[in-house]
Amino acid sequence: MARSNEPIWWSLFSAGGVVAAFFVPVTIVVTAIAVPAGWISDENLYLLLQQPLVRLYLFILISLPLFHWAHRFRYVVADLGFRGGGRLPEIVCYGTAILGTVLAACFLALG
Amino acid sequence: MAANENSQPESTIELEVFRYRPEQEEEPTFQTYEVPYREDWVILDALNYIKDEIDGTLTYRWSCRMGVCGSCGMMVNGEPKLTCAAFLRDYHPATIRVEPLSYFPVIRDLVINMEGFLDKLTEVKAWLVPEEEKPVSEGEYLQTPAELAKYKQFSMCINCMLCYSACPVYGHHEDFLGPAAIALAQRYNLDSRDGGADERAEAIFSHEGIWDCTFVGDCTRVCPKNVDPAGAIQQAKVTATKDFYRSVLVPWGK
Amino acid sequence: MPADWWLKKRTYSLFMVRELTCVFVGGYSLVLLILASKIGDQQGVTAMLNSKTLSVLQLIALPMVIYHTVTWLNLTPKVLVLWRGEERVNPLLIAGIHYVAWIAVSIVILCVVFGYG
Repeated sequence: MARSNEPIWWSLFSAGGVVAAFFVPVTIVVTAIAVPAGWISDENLYLLLQQPLVRLYLFILISLPLFHWAHRFRYVVADLGFRGGGRLPEIVCYGTAILGTVLAACFLALG
Repeated sequence: MAANENSQPESTIELEVFRYRPEQEEEPTFQTYEVPYREDWVILDALNYIKDEIDGTLTYRWSCRMGVCGSCGMMVNGEPKLTCAAFLRDYHPATIRVEPLSYFPVIRDLVINMEGFLDKLTEVKAWLVPEEEKPVSEGEYLQTPAELAKYKQFSMCINCMLCYSACPVYGHHEDFLGPAAIALAQRYNLDSRDGGADERAEAIFSHEGIWDCTFVGDCTRVCPKNVDPAGAIQQAKVTATKDFYRSVLVPWGK
Repeated sequence: MPADWWLKKRTYSLFMVRELTCVFVGGYSLVLLILASKIGDQQGVTAMLNSKTLSVLQLIALPMVIYHTVTWLNLTPKVLVLWRGEERVNPLLIAGIHYVAWIAVSIVILCVVFGYG
């Protein structure tokens, strides 16, 4: 019943929205406050970032929120009056999210 | 205006009313009327007073005057309202601006063309499509209270179209199916006696259907019957997504 | 519809603010992506996260991202409709459980980060 491929993007948007809602605020607290304030040592932070589960966490926090941004932003662009682009906003937005996902996978698996 | 029994001057309120008479003007105008102010009057009472006592040419729809027929929807100070449910006392002493429902073509004065909406009800098949036709001799379709509860809220829609006037997506393009039509499709999809979900999917699981909705939620806010069309649309998105993945991952199943 | 339609009504403006939080969410993903690109380099990671400019930018994003969380969690009852017989599970309960989960998850993450090493 694939009348439209929209469910793919909408489910990625939803998953990204859930991940962003639950995990992004506290992660910002860690990267923006805890680390600069020295509540975790640079050494321990580095070791933490080498853990596979932490890398997986980072991958999810990069990829899914990017798809959340992509889907929502594509509609915001239209809502703000820029409707003439045809499928360009979709291609740019989802393309960026896909690119970000691929890059994140490379960096986190190989870095 | 008849003098009342007290010697005090009667309190009044002004209504600034949208006028459009295509046979005599190209552009709409506004006409201001002064009507008596009564604590228990609604805007519909004021409009009826205008038509009866001041200006019989004013044209508008109304019927039950108690919030169940859905006829008297208009923009009141920019907000879609049933004029039989909007009290003068909530606006007095300020002037009240009355206009036809936004985003619909205007036929005359406060009367809008609702054909597009009626066509959408047909498009979403807003009626019971039984799984199998049962002859009358076989008796009624049975339904438990729990089964009724699932769709009851969405069945409260009185087709007043206030939700369309609140919806910026519909405001932008009128081929969007809109809150009420999709809520009514959902009402039938959730009805245990119904088997028409597949037939409705073509219409609602489309870009003119649920996917254009960005969940602004104003439709739910203005609905006079607490139908929650925004909720209905989000539920439909979940259903559409589940069906999509099922058809992709389990194509041989139903 | 004029391009500034969303400035005309309070509910529309709040809607647009909610939608625009996605820019901050996506922006933070970009920050994490850059962090990921330096992940094997301890100096690089340290230098990046100790940058005052980056901290300030993240702190600007933080209330926006929290607004995303609040608006998202408040809408969960619209999507998660649960029934107990003829009664619908109270929407406030559904949203409330999500808030509790959010706090719990945040505490766990902080414990993992501070407890490490």
